[in-house]
Amino acid sequence: MVRSPEAIRHSGQAGVLSPDERPDWAESVSNLPSYTELSSGFDWSVAEHELGHKPGDPINIGWMCSDRICQLGMAKKPALLWEDYQGNEKRFTYNDIRTLSNTIAHFLLGLGILPGERVCLFMDRVPELYIGFLGILKMGAVAQPLFSAFGEDSLFVRLADAGTSAIVTQKKHAHKVRKIRNRLPNLKYVILVDADEASLQPQEISFHMEQAPRVEDFAVYPTKAESPSVLHYTSGTTGQPKGAQHVHYSVLSQYLTAKWVLDLRPDDIYWCNADPGWVTGTSYGIIGPWANGVTQAVLDSGFNAERWYQFIEKRRVTVWYSAPTAIRLLMKEGTEIAEKHNLSSLRHLASVGEPLNAEAVVWSQEAFGKPFHDTFWQTETGCIVITNFPGMPVKPGSMGKPFPGIAATVLDPKTYEPVNQPGVAGLIALRPGWPSQIRSYWNNEAGFKAKFKNGWYLCGDRASIDRDGYFWFMGRDDDVINTGGHLVGPFEIESALLGCPSVAESAAVAKPDPVNMEVVKAYVTLKRGFTRSDDLELEIMNHIRKRLSPLAMPQEIEFVDSLPKTRSGKIVRRILRCKEFHEPVGDLSTIMDD
Amino acid sequence: MDEVGKVVRDYITREYLQEGDDREITETTALISGGIVDSFSMVSLLRFLEKKYSIHIPAEAATPEAFDTVQSIEALVHRFQRTEVSV
Repeated sequence: MVRSPEAIRHSGQAGVLSPDERPDWAESVSNLPSYTELSSGFDWSVAEHELGHKPGDPINIGWMCSDRICQLGMAKKPALLWEDYQGNEKRFTYNDIRTLSNTIAHFLLGLGILPGERVCLFMDRVPELYIGFLGILKMGAVAQPLFSAFGEDSLFVRLADAGTSAIVTQKKHAHKVRKIRNRLPNLKYVILVDADEASLQPQEISFHMEQAPRVEDFAVYPTKAESPSVLHYTSGTTGQPKGAQHVHYSVLSQYLTAKWVLDLRPDDIYWCNADPGWVTGTSYGIIGPWANGVTQAVLDSGFNAERWYQFIEKRRVTVWYSAPTAIRLLMKEGTEIAEKHNLSSLRHLASVGEPLNAEAVVWSQEAFGKPFHDTFWQTETGCIVITNFPGMPVKPGSMGKPFPGIAATVLDPKTYEPVNQPGVAGLIALRPGWPSQIRSYWNNEAGFKAKFKNGWYLCGDRASIDRDGYFWFMGRDDDVINTGGHLVGPFEIESALLGCPSVAESAAVAKPDPVNMEVVKAYVTLKRGFTRSDDLELEIMNHIRKRLSPLAMPQEIEFVDSLPKTRSGKIVRRILRCKEFHEPVGDLSTIMDD
Repeated sequence: MDEVGKVVRDYITREYLQEGDDREITETTALISGGIVDSFSMVSLLRFLEKKYSIHIPAEAATPEAFDTVQSIEALVHRFQRTEVSV
């Protein structure tokens, strides 16, 4: 029988973690008082029980995150405390997000959008994005959030692949949709949330969430556990980005990991820095906190250390889920700015997106009196899978241990058998079967199947495991570039580079970076008639920034006479990547002599 | 706003402000926190400044704070113009 954390706490074991288990900075017992006990015999029925879900019954994330919380007596509790960089503020209770998501669901249904169709959310971090996400799920459609900084090429590839029926966006992003709309035959509706009728172009619709008549009662579509819920696009080494297809049952994992790893409690004010255009922003910027009935604060602002600390102080943020890049930028600004603010409300800090270096853990201890806890997961896992739990000693620089119920190991890259020696590197692998694992890639079942070996799901990363069972990240196992916690595929960048009139061939690779861990570097050969210059480099950089996104923009371009290729003519990025990382290039027997 | 400020303002309006974004860029418009320029885009803006004014701005000086307004960018350029001259 699996014991809940509450049961363990009430058994008298709470707060009696052994001295070697209890970190110096542990101030209170977490939601997960005993990792060892909860790991033993764990099954996901714990989450089913807490969420009141019975196998076979309908399950809908939109309902779970709003109507259910109201039914639990929290209708008047704040769900979303929102503000933007100019200081404009809005506040929504759980009853507000329930009725407003009803309103959006009703509106979409009225347009004729059917359950299962893809509805894209292409917006900054405005309330319509968060509440619209629930509304789409409530009427049975699939939510497809996309990062609003994407340029038209990135947007087109993802909308075309998904066969998206509708896109919900803002005036400031509408021009990108207008440029590609004629090439998207499935796109029936372009909905603008902040436009007046006069500014609409043909076939565009204006919808103002807060001005529309509120819908008190809406018959939530009875999605089942395996019904598609969210489609997030993620990059791989080859081909265009792949649509990771999540299902409604994922809420079990997102609910429980938010509770046990992020340690969310009823009185918390939670802040997640991630944009819902990426999986962290939906799994832990919408579903996890709201399924737990927690108040979350959202700041729609770019990075500004002073502004961020002001926000924590003003909102009395207790749990902060951030990213190594942001933490390193804060480190760069110094502890003096932090010291000017009262940040004593902070109770628990966690980080995601890329490995959290030991220096950042130590620095956060100095700056905030608490360490950031690294969490590891990816779009395909849907939830945190390896992590430093609150109440468990943090080994600075380590990824931590697997979440209960998730079997994780590292595999030998040749045999795909588990490496059983501590400290020996292998491929991070997970036994499939947890609720939030994606069910496939959209239109690409073969690509999904290729991620499995010997019954293990391969994450695409390398790590080792120490004698205490802690995982230590070593790097990617492919050509994907992890920049500031976002995965960028080289193929998409190289394809866009070919759109520059001057570029003959290119290779996009990772380059080490002290803030973003990795940044994009492009090796470029030029067409006849073009010469290398600073102007040309800047022109190419800006081309990629506008067509794809700022994070896909090469931070450096090296003009070369030729690129390393196999005898069959395939560009070998590995050699260029090794050059950037000062690593040995290994076997070159298949490379052309020149 | 001096000549440097005007050049920076015009460049940002032309290269970074999206079509349909009718915000006017002033000396104090929040560029980074306002989402017009992000930490990744800063690199191309940095390259533009270095090339335009024949200066070198070291990584430690290229902070989001230093790039957050036209005014702060203007000050940054002047600081390194002086440094280059004095060397």
